[in-house]
Amino acid sequence: MQIYLPIAELPIGVLTVLGLSGAVGFISGLFGVGGGFLLTPLLIFLDIPPAVAVATVAAQVAGSSTTGVLTYWRRRALDFKLGGILVGGGILGTVLGVLFFNLMRRLGQLELVITLSYVTLFTIIGGLMLYDALRAMMRVRAGKPARLKRLAGSHPWWMGLPLRMRFHQSKLYSSVIPIALLAVIIGFIGAVLGVGGGFILVPALIYFFRVPPSVVIGTSLFQILVTMTGATILHAVTNQSVDLILAVLLLVGGVVGAQFGARAARNLNVESFRLMLALLILSVGMRFVVELVVTPSEPFSVVMPESAR
Amino acid sequence: MRRLLALLALAAGLAAPAAGPRAETLIAAMSSHQIQITSNYTGDQLTVFGLVERDGRTAARGDPYDIVITVRGPRRMLIVREKEEMGPIWLNRTQRRFPDHPVFLSVSSNRPLGEIVSEEAARRERIGLANAERKADYGLDFDLTTTHFREGLLRIMEDKGLFREEPRGVTFLSNTLFSAPITVPATAPTGSYDIDIVLYAGGVPLARQSTNFEVVKSGVEQRLAWGAHEWPFFYGLATALLALFFGWLASVIFRRD
Repeated sequence: MQIYLPIAELPIGVLTVLGLSGAVGFISGLFGVGGGFLLTPLLIFLDIPPAVAVATVAAQVAGSSTTGVLTYWRRRALDFKLGGILVGGGILGTVLGVLFFNLMRRLGQLELVITLSYVTLFTIIGGLMLYDALRAMMRVRAGKPARLKRLAGSHPWWMGLPLRMRFHQSKLYSSVIPIALLAVIIGFIGAVLGVGGGFILVPALIYFFRVPPSVVIGTSLFQILVTMTGATILHAVTNQSVDLILAVLLLVGGVVGAQFGARAARNLNVESFRLMLALLILSVGMRFVVELVVTPSEPFSVVMPESAR
Repeated sequence: MRRLLALLALAAGLAAPAAGPRAETLIAAMSSHQIQITSNYTGDQLTVFGLVERDGRTAARGDPYDIVITVRGPRRMLIVREKEEMGPIWLNRTQRRFPDHPVFLSVSSNRPLGEIVSEEAARRERIGLANAERKADYGLDFDLTTTHFREGLLRIMEDKGLFREEPRGVTFLSNTLFSAPITVPATAPTGSYDIDIVLYAGGVPLARQSTNFEVVKSGVEQRLAWGAHEWPFFYGLATALLALFFGWLASVIFRRD
């Protein structure tokens, strides 16, 4: 069954989109990431104009993170204070990212920037996470505790910068500066690549700030919810590229998939969870490496600059 | 029904008094002048009907009639980029702009173009996919790189089904009456489409006729696109609220604790 998308201006198989968004929703519920980094490239692969894909996925991510936020909120696994600072920094980063995005588009190098960023970001983050997950597994095998316990009073230097704040829910007492900086960077990357940034935020909060994983996912989803709601409206206003019908299809598949993902996450042990997320991120990065390195069967490509009218 | 109407329109055209031409005249009619995009739209087909009109004074022809129909869709700026190897990776290095290039292009004829006109004449009269958008200025257009990029453009657009050549797309129903189906794929853009019909005999163009049709969104599709453009803030807000509502709804439906 096909349905015509009024903004993307092409018909699309309803079941294809529901299946795709359901699968991505499952992953997003499982790992507490928005899933935009998987869904956007998949939609582009289905011939949906990139601008429409990026803008519409923002709406879908907002919807599926709402479900997560409500669930974690009920379980009291959400730090609004930390989330608020992340949102503030994220907004500043988004504005900078949009400016950079437009500059690169004028220079005609946007595609290269996007591909190279995907490659570096995904391989580095995926690689680091894989290394860490494997090391933790080795420790378990060797009978040692999986994770070094945080010693009282010991913390990385960046947490000791000025403007320290206490975040009770996250068991964190840290300077606001590095947290806000992290949020700015994620907002920037999110605006340029059209992803929520949860896949960077979750490991960064765990590794750099030692926030308990149980609180990280809820808080990260809260930050994603606010920025993606804003991004949806911003995309609609600036380039009219949000496709309502596509958004509804993605939402239906996404929220249902996310429910099953969140349920599956409860039966998953932490170490294999981390290993799987690392492999997933790494494989997306590898896909872009392949695209860069393999001799293309068709060296030409055609783009329509005004396609996102 | 549409076809019948078109044939009636043709007959009406036939009955009109001809102004004593020496050469043939072409009369053309469309099965419809508008394609409406609805939510179950997956492309559409129109039919062009035409008649070669002759009278007693029209010169007798030794050669059979040939018809070439060129359809040009809405024009947009197209940028063609070429990937080149640079060290270990492939990058878009060079690009060519094709400003105001039709996004849809179809050339139908009753037999292969090579049998109808010579290559030289085809180029001059802009017949065929490769020639339809060739600039009049030869020198400028003949440098090798442009040709190179143009070939890439044609190949990609043909793969997408937006450019096509139908060497048997025109059928003669009698010696002078012909019809040609025009297939518009679902990915073809909205806007106005121009149809040029040229009558050939023995490689010489005898008469021309042009008509047009448009592709428009209708119903829900049209209202949504209108809303997105006229009320972008409210459209975005509505989409965002809908997203939040879906998220909330799912958490209510699936709530177990």
